[in-house]
Amino acid sequence: MSVAKPLPHDAAPLHVTGQARYVDDIPTPANTLHLAFGTSAHARASITALDLAAVRAAPGVIAVLTADDLPAANDVSPSAHDEPLLAEGEVYYIGQPIFLVVATSHLAARKAARLATVTYAEKPALLTIDDAMAANSRFEDGPREYTRGDLAAGWAQAATTVEGSIELGGQEHFYLEGQAALALPQEGGDMVVHSSTQHPTEIQHKVAEALGVPMNAVRVEIRRMGGGFGGKESQGNALACACAVVARLTGRPAKMRYDRDDDMMITGKRHDFRIDYRAGVDAQGKLVAVEFDQLCRCGWAQDLSLPVADRAMLHADNAYFIPAVRITSHRLKTHTQSATAYRGFGGPQGMVGIERVMDHLAAELGCDPLVLRQKNFYASGGRYLEQENEQVAPSTAGVEEDLTSRGAVATGEPDKVVAVPVGAQTTPYGQAVVDSVAHELVAALCEKADYAGRRAAVERWNAENAVLKRGLALTPVKFGISFTLTHLNQAGALVHVYQDGSIHMNHGGTEMGQGLFQKVAQVAASRFGVPLERVKITATDTGKVPNTSATAASSGSDLNGMAVAAACDEIKARIAAFLAEVHQADPAEVRFEGDAVLVGADVIPWEKAVAEAYVGRVSLSATGFYKTPSISWDRIKGEGRPFFYFAYGAALTEVVVDTLTGENRMLRVDILHDAGTSLNPALDIGQVEGGFIQGAGWLTTEELVWDNTGRLTTHAPSTYKIPACSDRPPVFNVALWPNANREPTIYRSKAVGEPPFMLGISALMALSDACAACGPHYPALEAPATAEHVLEAIGRARAGESG
Amino acid sequence: MATVTMTVNGKSRTGEAEGRTLLVSFLREELNLTGTHVGCDTSQCGACVVHVNGEAVKACTMFAQEADGAEVSTIEGQANADGSLNTIQQAFQDHHGLQCGFCTPGMVMSAAALLKDNPKPSEQEIRNYLQGNICRCTGYHNIVKAIMAASGQDVSAVAAE
Ligand code: FES
Ligand code: FES
Repeated sequence: MSVAKPLPHDAAPLHVTGQARYVDDIPTPANTLHLAFGTSAHARASITALDLAAVRAAPGVIAVLTADDLPAANDVSPSAHDEPLLAEGEVYYIGQPIFLVVATSHLAARKAARLATVTYAEKPALLTIDDAMAANSRFEDGPREYTRGDLAAGWAQAATTVEGSIELGGQEHFYLEGQAALALPQEGGDMVVHSSTQHPTEIQHKVAEALGVPMNAVRVEIRRMGGGFGGKESQGNALACACAVVARLTGRPAKMRYDRDDDMMITGKRHDFRIDYRAGVDAQGKLVAVEFDQLCRCGWAQDLSLPVADRAMLHADNAYFIPAVRITSHRLKTHTQSATAYRGFGGPQGMVGIERVMDHLAAELGCDPLVLRQKNFYASGGRYLEQENEQVAPSTAGVEEDLTSRGAVATGEPDKVVAVPVGAQTTPYGQAVVDSVAHELVAALCEKADYAGRRAAVERWNAENAVLKRGLALTPVKFGISFTLTHLNQAGALVHVYQDGSIHMNHGGTEMGQGLFQKVAQVAASRFGVPLERVKITATDTGKVPNTSATAASSGSDLNGMAVAAACDEIKARIAAFLAEVHQADPAEVRFEGDAVLVGADVIPWEKAVAEAYVGRVSLSATGFYKTPSISWDRIKGEGRPFFYFAYGAALTEVVVDTLTGENRMLRVDILHDAGTSLNPALDIGQVEGGFIQGAGWLTTEELVWDNTGRLTTHAPSTYKIPACSDRPPVFNVALWPNANREPTIYRSKAVGEPPFMLGISALMALSDACAACGPHYPALEAPATAEHVLEAIGRARAGESG
Repeated sequence: MATVTMTVNGKSRTGEAEGRTLLVSFLREELNLTGTHVGCDTSQCGACVVHVNGEAVKACTMFAQEADGAEVSTIEGQANADGSLNTIQQAFQDHHGLQCGFCTPGMVMSAAALLKDNPKPSEQEIRNYLQGNICRCTGYHNIVKAIMAASGQDVSAVAAE
């Protein structure tokens, strides 16, 4: 079996020799055109005059397009049709594309784009959460609210309460490969598009709209991305549509890549939040009532903001049972980049809210935050009856929608709500938590990393040292796995076995470094009982597997692994039936193992078995399909079972802070993470390590700053500080927690793309702990905990809120 | 436009370059050596590291004409003569020192430059040396391990306790 083996990334030999091809590396015909956008200099304005004469006259320029020149739809939105490819007289953020330069080289196009004379009539811009709240500028008609339990009764029971607010900054994806697309015109108006995208079907849909053709006239291919992290779920639409339109109008191939600077100015980032909270515990330290107001800055267009904000609400409990709770979410529209998907998709923001509450409550109670956390974990799973898998009514949406987008609206009947097993604790949205391992996993981590000893050592250190203060925090993660838009939880695969026994595997998932292709290839090899070398991994292609969901929501291996397994099993069944008949055996007894097919007493080598089946006129090609069972969700009511299961983890982080400067660093990190029965432990550990560092970066050094005109001032790595090699903690212990998924996922594994990101919250809480060691008051540390914010928090700890 | 000639991975290569053409553009667009990547365009990410006359250089900080007559080596020239992976390349594969792979060519080239000057660097020396190479995926752990392994050192103790 190849599953569960720590095999290296399938493309490793190509990467280390420079042969791995990304979109910008694909050889292009000599007449290929290069594109660049001219962008808005104002956050909110009408364009009163647009003089492009100098742009057109610039060297190398072939054409300049404005909205009027587009052949069909002018829209690149994944949801509400509110995002024109090129502005139509009005601009809504600094960086918004206004016109498109078509030139003979990348540099010529970019230089010419700077030469336009645009006359603006400026209008007042809404830039901040406060601006938008004051103007009631929002998506959806009003705030969304999920409530559960009797809040008044909860507050009556509360012995200790806290109230506060935390600011949470956004985050730039900084996928190392910037956005890129290449369109190649075909005969009869067809278009082939290579796009660095997590969502080829979305690109196909938007390109078809932009060209005014059906989806079958567009084929999208992507072999790999140089990182995605959610930033390539919808943000590649503009480049792909621009290239396709130019290819259509000129008949020549067209390529576009954003320079890093353009990429950071134009594309969306993680949503920044402010979370106001009020929380109470009873005399035993059990949560009795919690209220959250999540204020979420979505930027100028809707994009995927609604499901992002939903997921923040769905993770406001993290691993804690809260009997009475209100979560209110404001989705605010501002004149800034349209915030988009980013690893965790709102979950991290929601989770920071409750972790902050635990930290604050513990400070108020004068107890170790870990003790308070452990008291409130959901009860351990494993003791509830298996739920019956109920059929879920398919939801239907209008044909206008891109149905495969997470921004689509489910307009059909709400899905049926799945029954809750008797005695199970439920989340604020009514899903039973039957798989919690928070207690066991955290206890094991405490033991492994000597929490008690280190807590005492930190206290000693802080008593003896006035300038350098240490902090320690252990935070858990419980992350829901599935797309919350239920119908997206489906996947397709295409598997061919060729007459020489080689296998060609294709599925709808995309590879962005996470190792999905290797994991799924391991599944295919295991199904057929052949060595992995027999399986060829191929580029994701909308011509092979249609109607795919984005590779997002951590669902890549869960969905595509199952679809590939289904396709393999179909071919195996045909081979087994044929060979059983020939060899007078029972088809049920035929086995596929050891690179052979075992039929009765006969061991037929794989290649021979395949050749026999081919000669016997057996079809050796099959599609596979999978849909996640048992889920259903009504996002308006906030009720149901949106998640198939939860993935768990915990991190213990120790930091040191220089109280004179606020400078700080991580000293040691210990992690235990639940990847179910891992399909590939090496790849999964890589996801955990990388996810933790990225999550810690979000909450510590990565600060996005807009000036008061709405201009993003941190638009290059010189000013936007991503963790570097030297920032990594000197001690970093990462292990997987063996925990077979109780749900029947592929080989009982669990999704691992997003959950570890939220382990980074322990870094923020450890810094809070160090700040708290500086004085008697709660430090109320903001995120990201830059040196400045740490210094402010130390001031508050010493002097109280006014400090 | 001027004609620029340099020895790239042991072979003499000639192409056209304007005065402001960057070495990285020349390698990628003129010579079709696309293994050298552009991650930031502004000399910060290290995805474009190559060797010029034996020294590690960010190819986006150097003009092609400045490299006229120089010995340049890129990721495409790193494998052994028989096509097998060299020690550093093999270590990056074996120790999972890559995910999306976009930073990998620059990492491998930087690692080679480090090990040339310092054949047995300490973990801390590796960390400091790689400050100019950004990786957004791996969290660096396995990259450091790979370089320790490539220099023949024990990796089991990397950042562990
Ligand atoms: S592209 Fe040269 S350092 Fe980033
Ligand atoms: S592996 Fe993706 S940037 Fe390093």
